[in-house]
Amino acid sequence: MCAAKVALIDYGMGNLLSVQRGLERVGAEVHVTSEPEHILSADRVVLPGVGAFPDAMDELERRGLVPVMRTLAKQGTPLLGICLGMQILFDVGLEFGETAGLGLIPGRVLPMPKVSAQGDLLKIPHIGWNSLHPAGDSDWQTGVLAELESGEAVYFVHSFMAQPQEARFSIAHCFYGGIPIAAVVGRNKVLGCQFHPEKSGEVGLRVLRGFLSL
Amino acid sequence: MQRQSNQADQSSQPSKPSTQRNVRLIARLDIKGSNLIKGIHLEGLRVIGSAQEHALKYYLQGADELIYMDCVASLYGRNHLAEIISQAARDIFVPMTVGGGIRSVEDATQILRAGADKVAVNTAAVANPDLISRIAQRFGSQCMVLSVEAKQIAPGCWEAYADNGRERSGRDVVAWVKEAVALGAGEVLITSIDREGTRKGFDVALVQAVTAAVSVPVIASGGMGRLEDFSDVVSNGGADAVAMADILHYNRASIGEIREQACRSGIAVRHYVRR
Repeated sequence: MCAAKVALIDYGMGNLLSVQRGLERVGAEVHVTSEPEHILSADRVVLPGVGAFPDAMDELERRGLVPVMRTLAKQGTPLLGICLGMQILFDVGLEFGETAGLGLIPGRVLPMPKVSAQGDLLKIPHIGWNSLHPAGDSDWQTGVLAELESGEAVYFVHSFMAQPQEARFSIAHCFYGGIPIAAVVGRNKVLGCQFHPEKSGEVGLRVLRGFLSL
Repeated sequence: MQRQSNQADQSSQPSKPSTQRNVRLIARLDIKGSNLIKGIHLEGLRVIGSAQEHALKYYLQGADELIYMDCVASLYGRNHLAEIISQAARDIFVPMTVGGGIRSVEDATQILRAGADKVAVNTAAVANPDLISRIAQRFGSQCMVLSVEAKQIAPGCWEAYADNGRERSGRDVVAWVKEAVALGAGEVLITSIDREGTRKGFDVALVQAVTAAVSVPVIASGGMGRLEDFSDVVSNGGADAVAMADILHYNRASIGEIREQACRSGIAVRHYVRR
């Protein structure tokens, strides 16, 4: 099998080195790019991102990449958003006011709750390792989490969380203070993970490998 | 490591969601040049071996994070770490915190570009606390770790030291940690110079004083001699993470064994079974 050609989108939102190294480790040929034609012709596309929702949308717009992302979804190219890159897949973000997102997965991005299910104050941002659990009747047998078992832990750093409009867009969640937090979401070939697979050890690499075998 | 799989069932707690945060097991690598070194009270540095080989070993044992600390960077005003980190980032896929000789936002940028996730700052922050705000504003508080080297000067009273435990700062540890967190430090690495390298257990009172003073995560460092010391500093000191060096470098315990011990003591840690 040839190496999967992955376009890793460079739009000025954070360090791409670790994501690139992680993808390469599981056999991808990675092109770091912000060129629409390179992105549209890739086998798979990864949208990383660290920072704030409005900045990320501005940077995508400035590079003419908003319609490109929508075309990817239409043509069925597997797309993986990571962390902020996942959040902007949704319709709207509520970080520093209300900002329109890419609208590829119906739903919103909200601040994380500040109080646990038991009423204790929660430390925000949510930083650290947390276990993944299937959301609803989501089945991990196929798809991006095919190589994972329920309870395996991955590394999170975030203050906002996605709230998919329908349960079927949720693939996995973690619990923080007893509250379920969207951890893996997807609609057709558009996928997102709130955690950092490139910082989640061997478990995270299995998530990336799952993405490459979609 | 071989014992890890035997204990897997005991340590797995996958389906009951916990409200406790997982305590992080961190391997700390003190660096001089390209070597991993270890001292006692941060002095008398002895070469252990290749930093990369040890880092890889701890990663494969299931370390939740790595901390790299350049021990002589402040002394000589330079930093070899970018190269070491860049090499590490090829094979290691857990968060890496890097400290030693970071004096400016530019130094932090260089280290983060090399593949680090957080920077730890001590000496330059003591001299110029504003650096904490500037790093936090540029990269976010989660990226800005305050590193404090503490020496007890009276019961319940500790002074912060700079230059890898060589220089007094005149700052009270608890007051300094509060000030730094208010300036934007998102995490505190507290190293007891008195206990560092001694295997006598953590300075639990010190860790407790720091965790009580701030709401950000606190990493306890210095003194882990026995597996029980881990649960002591977590249960009685309130540590959110524990940094370990000597116990790992001299093969007195593996990360896997420490993880099992934590589970047996009822401490929430990352569910990890090596495949």
